[in-house]
Amino acid sequence: MSEFRKHKGRAVVMAQDNISTDQIIPSREMKRVSKIGLGDGLFANLRYIDAAKGGRTPDPDFVLNQRDGESASVLVAGANFGCGSSREHAVWALKEFGFRVIAAESFGTIFFNNCAANGVLPVVLTPEEVSALMETVLAGSHVKADLEAQRLMAGDLDFSFTLPPAQREMLLKGLSAIDVTLADKPLIDLFVAQDQKLRGWLYKTERPSNG
Amino acid sequence: MTSGPASLFDKILAAHTIKRFEDQGTLVLIDRILLHERTGSVALASLEEDGRALAAPETVLATIDHIADNRPGRPALSRMPGGEVFVEAMRQQSQRAGITLYDVHDRDQGIVHVIAPEQGFALPGVTIVCPDSHTCSLGALGALAWGIGTSEAEHALATRTLRIPAYKQMRIVLTGTLPEWSTAKDVILALISRHSARHAVGHVIEFAGPAVDDMPIEARLTLCNMAVEFGAFTAMIAPDEKTFDYVEGRTFSPEPAQIAEARMWWKTLRTDAGYTFDQEIRFDVTNLAPMVSWGTSPEHAVPVDGTVPEDIPDDSRALDYMALRPGQPLAGLKVDTAFIGSCTNSRLSDLRRAAGILRGRRVAPGVKAICVPGSNAVKRAAEEEGLDRIFTAAGFEWQEPGCAMCFYAGGASFGERDRVISSTNRNFEGRQGPGARTHIASPETVAWSAVQGRISDVRNWAKTPVRPPDERVS
Repeated sequence: MSEFRKHKGRAVVMAQDNISTDQIIPSREMKRVSKIGLGDGLFANLRYIDAAKGGRTPDPDFVLNQRDGESASVLVAGANFGCGSSREHAVWALKEFGFRVIAAESFGTIFFNNCAANGVLPVVLTPEEVSALMETVLAGSHVKADLEAQRLMAGDLDFSFTLPPAQREMLLKGLSAIDVTLADKPLIDLFVAQDQKLRGWLYKTERPSNG
Repeated sequence: MTSGPASLFDKILAAHTIKRFEDQGTLVLIDRILLHERTGSVALASLEEDGRALAAPETVLATIDHIADNRPGRPALSRMPGGEVFVEAMRQQSQRAGITLYDVHDRDQGIVHVIAPEQGFALPGVTIVCPDSHTCSLGALGALAWGIGTSEAEHALATRTLRIPAYKQMRIVLTGTLPEWSTAKDVILALISRHSARHAVGHVIEFAGPAVDDMPIEARLTLCNMAVEFGAFTAMIAPDEKTFDYVEGRTFSPEPAQIAEARMWWKTLRTDAGYTFDQEIRFDVTNLAPMVSWGTSPEHAVPVDGTVPEDIPDDSRALDYMALRPGQPLAGLKVDTAFIGSCTNSRLSDLRRAAGILRGRRVAPGVKAICVPGSNAVKRAAEEEGLDRIFTAAGFEWQEPGCAMCFYAGGASFGERDRVISSTNRNFEGRQGPGARTHIASPETVAWSAVQGRISDVRNWAKTPVRPPDERVS
């Protein structure tokens, strides 16, 4: 897990609901058994007019190809951002492009967890707050996020938000969730040993070799 | 949780709780883990890079489904240009880690959420995760099963646990009796379109009620499959006699000597009377019409004899993308392609029902039609019944199991801007190919629309006479 404390940057607006991880990174852009090399494929179908043919000709209508889109690090979107496929590639692509904060009315559950696992801050705001933020961003304001204080600011706006405490602590301290859990390994091992007695029927995990 | 009525979810959670945190989150034991080549390979590569071992490789099952070649005989390893690297990685990683792999040519290979129940890997009361969003399907057996990302998959593999926050609980009670031509697919599409694709965010859904009791296991798998399209963490159905019968005697099911003991616990996995859910939806399915989607989210769905809604926000891209107008009827829209398959609707009962529509009929001229059974076991069983011959005689291609055209991975595609009637779960922009206009529906509706060459109301099937063979050619 990467650390996140504070961030200030240029923002872009995608004023739509239900932007899916398929749109964030189309499957065909996931070419390697790797978490890197995905930034170029971010929003490919919207960003390039010839994406279908593997081309990279920018579509001037897409927000990342306008004004200072290339240097944006905050994304403001409607409801249910990152719904659909579990592909964590969506977050890796956003992060590689430069995004550190996503503010939306709501998020796909798996995408939300994937953000927090990669040092990208997902901020849930009310519909009214999202509208106001979009307006302010479109007027040219930068956005500031402070995870310690759980506040998001832009222009005259100052919103509070919450992140589940566990995810907040992980992000603030840059902890590895695996290492944190493995500190409880004796507890886990004890639980499994007891469970094997309680639910012996579950612990059949050999596939017969004639399969 | 120690006293008072408990829900199905509470009971399974309690049986797996290793530790509770101050924020009401829980560290849960993960009984079984599923992987596929597309995301599982990345998780395993990352663990290897970090020098972490798997906590319990014997609890992991992997398959090659997402980008396996689907053409008859599988002339290639992958349908995706360059996709072989994912297949090869999964093979090598599985071998190094000691993971059971259902490889491309395995006699039981198939879509991960089709083979997990078939192989008895998914069982009532178990916790099961997979870096794939449709893992919620497996809740149909009374499992606590949910989709995760790659980082969480690494966590589950390395620690045999996951930390989950406190979720709200929603019960969806289905009352009445489904009409002859409406299915579990139509139920879930109707629910999502009525309440929105984000309605269940933050919730665990329990499906209950007489219409759920009536559903065969495969229909329940379809119902739970699209819980993620409703925004839910996952969905579950309390296991009953149908479930117990279904899971018995499969590869990873309990040994005969232990089945009675397992059943004793499974029978307790029901929500107690008097339990209060955070939200309850009651839905009478008695007059439910077959559903079809018109837009680019599963919430964009209407009865097949309905029209595109008039009150669509001006900034919606959906109508432009789908080349439709407000108020336009769905029935009668010309389709270019018909697809039957995916973890939603590719099981034997799905293929039987579609074949029932197709028997003695032919796909309309100019329509490309494809059927991809969910697994080799489904394919074999279907071929033993002669379903493959019905599909191919009707003009459907009969392909090799896998996720196939549910999503576009590069390589072979539907034509750009093709209108597709599809038994899959997602009608997102670009999901089935650049510009592809997907309408999701039940396998029956897909089969009947393929025959008519237009989105069509399957309730008219019985009223439409079969044309004699010589009229079919032109």
